[in-house]
Amino acid sequence: MRALTKYYFDYAATAPLDPRVMRAMLPFFSRRFGNSASLYKLGHEARQALDCARQKIIDIFGGPPAEFIFTGSATEADNLAILGAARALKSQGNRIIVSAVEHKGILAAAAALATEGFEIVTIGVNKNGLINLRQLAAALNEKTILLSVTLADSETGTIQPIQQIAALVKKFRRARGQAHPYLHTDATQAAAYLNIDAEHLLVDLLTLSAHKLGGPKGIGGLLVRGKLKLTPLIYGGGQQNNLRSGTENLPAIIGFAKALELVTQERKKETRRIKILRDYLEKQILNRIPKVILNGHPVKRLPNFLNVSILDIEGEAMLLRLDDKNISVGTGSACNSQTLEPSYIIEALGRPYEYIHGSLRFTLGRETTRSAINYVLKHLSIIVSDLRQMSPLNLKLTSRKKLISLPQAFIGGQTPHFTRTALYAIKKVKKYD
Amino acid sequence: MIKKNKSKNIKPEVISRTAGSWVYSKMVKEHFFQPRNLLLQDPKTDQYNAQGIIGSPACGDVMRVWLKVDPATDRIKEFKWRTFGCASAIAATSMLSVMVTEHGGLKVDQALAIRPQDITKRLGGLPDRKIHCSVLGDKALCAALNDWFKQTGQYQRVIVEGTAIIDPDTKVTEADIEEAVIEGARTLSDLQKKTKVGIGNPACLPKAEELLKFYSEKYFG
Repeated sequence: MRALTKYYFDYAATAPLDPRVMRAMLPFFSRRFGNSASLYKLGHEARQALDCARQKIIDIFGGPPAEFIFTGSATEADNLAILGAARALKSQGNRIIVSAVEHKGILAAAAALATEGFEIVTIGVNKNGLINLRQLAAALNEKTILLSVTLADSETGTIQPIQQIAALVKKFRRARGQAHPYLHTDATQAAAYLNIDAEHLLVDLLTLSAHKLGGPKGIGGLLVRGKLKLTPLIYGGGQQNNLRSGTENLPAIIGFAKALELVTQERKKETRRIKILRDYLEKQILNRIPKVILNGHPVKRLPNFLNVSILDIEGEAMLLRLDDKNISVGTGSACNSQTLEPSYIIEALGRPYEYIHGSLRFTLGRETTRSAINYVLKHLSIIVSDLRQMSPLNLKLTSRKKLISLPQAFIGGQTPHFTRTALYAIKKVKKYD
Repeated sequence: MIKKNKSKNIKPEVISRTAGSWVYSKMVKEHFFQPRNLLLQDPKTDQYNAQGIIGSPACGDVMRVWLKVDPATDRIKEFKWRTFGCASAIAATSMLSVMVTEHGGLKVDQALAIRPQDITKRLGGLPDRKIHCSVLGDKALCAALNDWFKQTGQYQRVIVEGTAIIDPDTKVTEADIEEAVIEGARTLSDLQKKTKVGIGNPACLPKAEELLKFYSEKYFG
């Protein structure tokens, strides 16, 4: 196997295409290229394949009648859920509740709605990454039209109690005799490892992405249950029940259905295998390397996620040194982000900035082997001790968020640059008092 | 009109300026993987005669610099450093330590005249948004030289950081404006977005604009 595939530990970013998925897709690039909207045989054939793929996906979810709208990405599906539901329900109310650890596709869409007169309420998480249910229950009111809570976040993989939230929402709706609020969950990271069928997860809206499941990139989807009629984001020829105009990406849709089918079939076995490997990696890192902190819930976590903060050193430097050994990982360090802001998800756990900059995310997947993990352990220990030798820091272990930086070391005695922008200035600087 | 590149041998290194990704130059990589002049153990008390520390672990970067200055010639003979920083900070400081100490060492004033873009140039370029990380070594050098000036009683040479308040309403200082420029502010509205200077007090705008020009020139001119 190619080294870059063998030592790939960033399955939360994307996964390689499963060869079985590719085989299923191939005919739809060439021989079966028809447009599902055409009346002749080629079009009819495409229509049948499309309907069949859609039905296959809906059947995996089971439960009450539902529709599945194919989108260009999970981000688009998140946008359709948030913007589409909010705009459709604006006569019913204007409050939208989201968790602090949602994907940017939800948070940014919600921020856009705030400028259209909607009220966005963000619910925090505790130090293990679990949503504060009491706060969530208290935020529910008659004007609440939508809640969005991820099934598992993309940094730590912490699994949220969606069933409990669904029960809470159902009770609230019944008590007031109203159809809203609706509940959306983003299952992009979780779908490969958690049961997403109606028996385990009864939500109104659910986001999926194919490429995290071993499917192709460029295809995501939104499951819509019940009678909720969303307002579309894209207008045109009226495809997909007027909800997402544009010629359907049939090869990708075929690949999506196949990938979801395969992960569902292999979920039990693969979950067990991956969890053993992840637990081994976690235990060995915590044993071999001093001053390492686990980010996220110790138990209620996707079996393929390991996010740790390695103190006194910086994530981008670790990432590039690991890359030199053909090991691919993720980091929440500001130096690796487009905005030079540290990961907001790890920040939501209440970790100090110093910890976030030293965070590494290992996410395992189909091709991860024990020998690859041993290879990582060997090199990570060396890299960490090298970089620690270079570092002037020696932080004390603490999970409390407090100022542990040297105040005099700030450039010109200033606060960190990312806390100085308008929105953050008031909120965050206060924490330092 | 598009001009064709006539020299076939020169192939510029591609540095992606799109927001999503970047590629480090060969020289950056070389200095990142084999940093020069690192000090791995704490020094003995009289091993170096000046030191400086700058940055913040909360920002993801701290830089500590030790210098040995020859009082007779005013030249910097040794430049040692240690950092909690990203690849850009490591490579830029490594390069700065080479530039300061090569050919028998720079004179103190020559070392102070090195601008961040001089380091970036020797590194074969850095992505724009990583300039922030590369000025750390430069600032730590300045802090260490101030330490040297104070120790040797040369108070007239001490460099004072711009902590003067420019906008009394929002308490924006000269250092804030310098930071904003380093982070990419090029116009007055960029600057206002980042610092809120003069939002309620337009009287301070001419001064802010003057500083914007000065620091743009200093770092990117």
